[in-house]
Amino acid sequence: MSELTDLTIAEAQRRLRARELTSLELTRAVLARLEATDAALHAFITRTPERALEQAQAADARLAAGDAPALCGIPLAIKDIILTKGVRTTAGSNILANFIAPYDATVTRKLRDAGAVFVGKANCDEFAMGSSNENSAYGPARNPWQRDRVPGGSSGGSAVAVAARQALGALGTDTGGSIRQPASLTGIVGLKPTYGRVSRYGVIAYASSLDQVGPMARTVEDCALLLEAIAGHDPLDSTSVPRPVPAYAAQLGAGIKGLRIGLPKEYFVEGMAADVVNGVRDAVRQLEALGAVVEDVSLPHTEYAIAAYYLIATAEASSNLARYDGTRYGLRADRNHGLLDMYQQTRSQGFGPEVKRRIMLGTYALSAGYYDAFYLKAQQVRTLIRRDFEQVFARCQAIVTPTTPTTAFRIGEKVTDPLEMYLSDIFTISVNLAGLPGLALPCGFDRGGLPIGLQIIGRPFDELTVLQTGYAYEQATPWHDRQPPE
Amino acid sequence: MAITREAVRHIALLARLPLSAEEEVAFTEQLDHILAHFQRLDNLDTSAVEPTAHIAPMATPFRDDVVVNQPDPDAWLANSPARDGRFFKVPKIIE
Repeated sequence: MSELTDLTIAEAQRRLRARELTSLELTRAVLARLEATDAALHAFITRTPERALEQAQAADARLAAGDAPALCGIPLAIKDIILTKGVRTTAGSNILANFIAPYDATVTRKLRDAGAVFVGKANCDEFAMGSSNENSAYGPARNPWQRDRVPGGSSGGSAVAVAARQALGALGTDTGGSIRQPASLTGIVGLKPTYGRVSRYGVIAYASSLDQVGPMARTVEDCALLLEAIAGHDPLDSTSVPRPVPAYAAQLGAGIKGLRIGLPKEYFVEGMAADVVNGVRDAVRQLEALGAVVEDVSLPHTEYAIAAYYLIATAEASSNLARYDGTRYGLRADRNHGLLDMYQQTRSQGFGPEVKRRIMLGTYALSAGYYDAFYLKAQQVRTLIRRDFEQVFARCQAIVTPTTPTTAFRIGEKVTDPLEMYLSDIFTISVNLAGLPGLALPCGFDRGGLPIGLQIIGRPFDELTVLQTGYAYEQATPWHDRQPPE
Repeated sequence: MAITREAVRHIALLARLPLSAEEEVAFTEQLDHILAHFQRLDNLDTSAVEPTAHIAPMATPFRDDVVVNQPDPDAWLANSPARDGRFFKVPKIIE
């Protein structure tokens, strides 16, 4: 396939600006690759080639006129939980199978205004609930490294699109790890920004106190470029924070001499794959060789994070998903007997089993007699988890951990035990509860050739330190140059 | 804390999610298993701990109560399953 699809966003930017390359050429190459590979990989629910070509032509006009923002002409994939005006947006669910977004999400609008090209809507777990992309109503996406394995989730399609060179970058969302985990299972870079850094307007809500949109790309620099384009205060999202957006990409090369990094002992546990442990410990040695000072730290409430998350997130989801009732948009069950029956038949037919399970859990957690024991308790534990991080960040500037306990598992391997799937979120989930920025990037491969991911966690709104640390590590290692087999 | 099939049926009604008999049995078992994991939270003394409802360091932002967008019923009703002019049509509410 064409080597144009191997370009990073940064390299493509240079060539587009030097007029060595047009967005039309680049977009055509990407679309051709998408067409050739997606029957097997299923990274996309909806492809938008005609619109992409129109966007590419418009981008070329701006590039020729010299009035081109950073992402002008760059082909991207957008997770199908993010609204894209005029284009079907399903959230990976049957209940929105024919839903045409009436407006752009703010992140979509920002990228569109910057001249980016959208090649399609990326596959995802239904309503972002899942860690494998197996909960999509449109079929699983497949890991391009080994196609009988999951790419991770819920932003599985976004991860595959980037890893398989079907787009130069992608947007995902992360509520409990849904950017970082698939990034690590597919050997790419993914960032969950600090809660409030990026607008959630137009992002179909799963858990409103946890959801964040973030970039997924092949390099740290590319993620920095995407983050700059989407971050910032939005009056349409009252949870977005009015803080200026730093020029992340320009400051990546600062180096990490003297950086104080914490290694939490609770993140090296029984049941982890030995190759993952070794890969992360090797990465820590590399960081020390680059001048960082690594110390052992403790995040003592880690073992309670899954329980707290799956109470808070499901409670919020039960409220957020109440709107899907057949009234105003989405599926409406035909042949129903009155209003209540319409609600019930619609939801029964439209939601998959994992979504139903989480709505039930959340409804229970909020119900009379259980609210204090479940939901309120979980919110109190959330405070304890946040304090754990605050205490470590009083001494350290970053925390390094594995992203996942294992490398990519086989499709179908974990579907029978929902709790087992939930427990695999253990390393990513506290970061959402504490609202912190977290970066996942490749740190090696296991004996079977599957990618291993490193996670770098930072202080609130300190994406810069997180990106600088990731960049320093990335530039000293060969992982980002490796590609999945054809 | 075991969850009973009756409790599952009650939650299903609250959540407007009717379950078949097989689903009821399966969900009861799965939810019970999951809730058993959640019980560990009882090990923590949180009597003096403030709950975190919201993680970002801010209070609700306010703006002036001024309409800023134009009504566009065609756009807003475009996805409606059943429409009558400016209205969504639904089955009778009151018999």
